Amino acid sequence: MSVITLSIDGQPVAVPAGSSLLQAVRAAGIRLPTLCHLDGLSPVGACRLCLVQVEGVSRLLPACASEASEGLQVQTDTPELREYRRMAVELFFAEGNHECAYCVANGDCELQDVAVTVGMDHSRFPYRWPNRSVDASHPLFSLDHNRCILCTRCVRVCDEIEAAHVWDVAERGAHCRIIAGLDQPWGEVDACTHCGKCVDVCPTGALFHKADGTAEKHPDRERAQHLRRARDQHEWQHR
Amino acid sequence: MIALPPGSASQLRCCHASGCRSAGGEALLQALQEAARDTGGTLTVKGVGCLRLCGRGPLVAWDGPGGTALFGDLRPAQAGDLVRLASPGDHEERRRDGQGSQAGSQPARGSDPIVPSTDQDTGSAAPGGAEAQPEAAMAALASQRLDLEQPFFALQRPLVLEHCGLIDPDSLDEALERGAYAQLQRCLRELSPEQVRAEIRLSGLRGRGGAGYPTGLKWDTVALQPEGPRYVVCNADEGDPGAFMNRSVLEGDPHRLLEGIAIAAYAVGAERGYIYVRAEYPLAIARMRRALAQARQRGLFGGAPGTASFQFDLEVRVGAGAYVCGEETALLASIQGRRGCPRPRPPFPAQSGLWGAPTLINNVETLATVPVILRMGSEAYAAIGTPTSPGTKVFALSGAVRHTGLVEVPLGTALRTIVETIGGGSLEQPGVPGGGALKAVQTGGPSGGCIPADHLDTPVDYESLRALGAMMGSGGMVVVDTGTPMPLLARHFMAFSVSESCGKCVPCRAGTVQLAALLDRFVEHRAEPADLQRLEQLCAMVRDTSLCGLGQAAPSPVLSTLRWFRAEYESGIAGP
Ligand SMILES: Cc1cc2nc3c(=O)[nH]c(=O)nc-3n(C[C@H](O)[C@H](O)[C@H](O)COP(=O)(O)O)c2cc1C
Ligand code: SF4
Ligand code: SF4
Ligand code: SF4
Ligand code: FES
Ligand code: FES
Repeated sequence: MSVITLSIDGQPVAVPAGSSLLQAVRAAGIRLPTLCHLDGLSPVGACRLCLVQVEGVSRLLPACASEASEGLQVQTDTPELREYRRMAVELFFAEGNHECAYCVANGDCELQDVAVTVGMDHSRFPYRWPNRSVDASHPLFSLDHNRCILCTRCVRVCDEIEAAHVWDVAERGAHCRIIAGLDQPWGEVDACTHCGKCVDVCPTGALFHKADGTAEKHPDRERAQHLRRARDQHEWQHR
Repeated sequence: MIALPPGSASQLRCCHASGCRSAGGEALLQALQEAARDTGGTLTVKGVGCLRLCGRGPLVAWDGPGGTALFGDLRPAQAGDLVRLASPGDHEERRRDGQGSQAGSQPARGSDPIVPSTDQDTGSAAPGGAEAQPEAAMAALASQRLDLEQPFFALQRPLVLEHCGLIDPDSLDEALERGAYAQLQRCLRELSPEQVRAEIRLSGLRGRGGAGYPTGLKWDTVALQPEGPRYVVCNADEGDPGAFMNRSVLEGDPHRLLEGIAIAAYAVGAERGYIYVRAEYPLAIARMRRALAQARQRGLFGGAPGTASFQFDLEVRVGAGAYVCGEETALLASIQGRRGCPRPRPPFPAQSGLWGAPTLINNVETLATVPVILRMGSEAYAAIGTPTSPGTKVFALSGAVRHTGLVEVPLGTALRTIVETIGGGSLEQPGVPGGGALKAVQTGGPSGGCIPADHLDTPVDYESLRALGAMMGSGGMVVVDTGTPMPLLARHFMAFSVSESCGKCVPCRAGTVQLAALLDRFVEHRAEPADLQRLEQLCAMVRDTSLCGLGQAAPSPVLSTLRWFRAEYESGIAGP
């Protein structure tokens, strides 16, 4: 396997060819905030938290959805990037209804973690308090649109790993929301296998097990990665 | 000037493109056809594409014995009058009667063959008295006559639009008569794909879809990808509000576009292509489909006979009409049946597009220019315009300007020439406080910016517009008068971005919403001093971090109006 070398924040790293910039950043031991990315799922570059500056490239690049290449000089922590990341988190909090104290994911929420990482203690943008609903029609799980940040991890895991494609995104702009089936109550979508993978990968309290109370969400985010690797490497095939 | 169809003495060309249709052009065309039936075939009436001065629609051009005359603001009720005027019999009769001393002169020369001397008759012309007083009806028509020598027409250089408004878009024969597909045939017979690409490269043509990317370079990139299937896609989404440059080509000269696409396909080695048109353009879709069927029938598509090396077929795809679907990666997703959402680039469509195959995606106007370049030769084409922005560009001129419509001029033409000479300057607005004087020109639509009136001498080319914080964009040009507050204008465009954001990435989805709310405060004079800085910071963030061009450009109208009209924002801050 060929190896490429590049520099992350001035530090040389070597990664296998075909790695993403995010993998290179991690190989350098640097923690870059991410929300839409999840190992094992296809990258979408939607949350814009992992943006980095690459020398010679005028635009900022999402590390998760960009390929590492030989000799790149990458900056992950400029003052500008730090400011933009914080603003993005503020925008996330201001656009939904994130009242952590009443959330099943409180204490185990990636949005919360990212806010801590980027030092966001309050939003400079007014909260918009949108009127959003909760779908409790599924026998095992629930969806609270108020907490959804539209990372589409549930959409991808259900499509790419479980191959059920229950979820998709409907509408545009601020009206975007994830929908089950043809915008049906989740519980009425026959395609759902009740596997729970979507709940496992949800970074916030949007998808959760019905019985869970406040601060009880215990997702298994590694599972997508394990399943994808197992499938890619035919670990389930009998001889 | 205009070659008349053999055997006919006179013809009326009635615009039935969308602009004139909405002003009653279709009813007018029908009425004209009806009225012409009685002339025994001496007068032909045909529907044509945009005649360019859309603001005066519906328009009819009369190609008579002496030349061409153009009439605007017509009503279907005037069809009989027009036909009487244009039918040779009547014309002769009137001439014999000696009504009007100039009856035999050239209509195109500004003198008037059609009515008795106006000073004698207009005084008594009663509106609506057409039947009883034919003279009054003729006088009315005379007053609706538009001067073809006026700068609006005289200063244009139609290349892309050269046949638009002249030919019947539903007639392949008329297109062929004017040379359609000749360059395609020449390419297939005489030029290798490399030679075709070299012509385009040397012409310096830049993409007309907005960013101005060198077309030849893009074609080369696609052509030089590893062996395998590849596609060509024509971006006919045209979602910019107020823009209808591409629509005029689709509706007025569909074979021109088909030829351009086929040449592109030959040059990059594509066997399949798509034209992606928004569903809001039903007429354009119908015309393209019909043109395609005609071309197929003659063997111009689907593997032309005698050209075994060229297998190509094309399909018209209808998009639901989201602005973001004009963004190339979103457009490709939409063609593949997925949600029309952009994805990060690289890889660019030229490397990995439809179904992962190299895909050439070009704008309508770009592709419609290709046959012109091949006909003229790259050198002659490159001599038009400026060294870095060669050729002509079609603009849609609208807003507070006297003459609104389509303007095709060489790039590098001064903005003043377009707006004041061709467009006739700003429109007086009686009753609007401060209205009337030209304040700025907004170019590039929701992705663009404003150029203040004191920079009107700027040449309109890609670099100059960018240097002023504006943008060429697809060619929308809105004249803004002093009655329009700039924060209001900025909010208008921001509202568009808010509603058109695909919602995939957070800066655009949630950032534009916050920007619109901030702009509201300035518009309503209740902003706080800190809001100005907040506005600028958020604009920078949305511009620099959004995933696709929609979000990246959404702050442009704010940033450019802030640059030139900052005082208007400052006066939006509430006093202590
Ligand atoms: C939000 C957005 C909307 C766009 N809409 C159009 C459009 O309607 N028509 C078009 O040709 N290009 C549009 N573009 C530009 C295309 O993505 C692409 O650059 C263009 O079609 C390339 O063709 P060209 O090289 O001939 O300009 C749009 C870009 C963005 C970001
Ligand atoms: S439980 Fe499984 S099948 Fe059902 S929506 Fe979630 S991921 Fe898809
Ligand atoms: S429900 Fe959860 S996983 Fe799905 S999009 Fe919303 S936040 Fe992401
Ligand atoms: S910038 Fe706007 S339109 Fe483009 S991907 Fe992001 S949300 Fe969608
Ligand atoms: S993690 Fe890269 S954009 Fe979301
Ligand atoms: S649409 Fe009729 S003149 Fe433009």
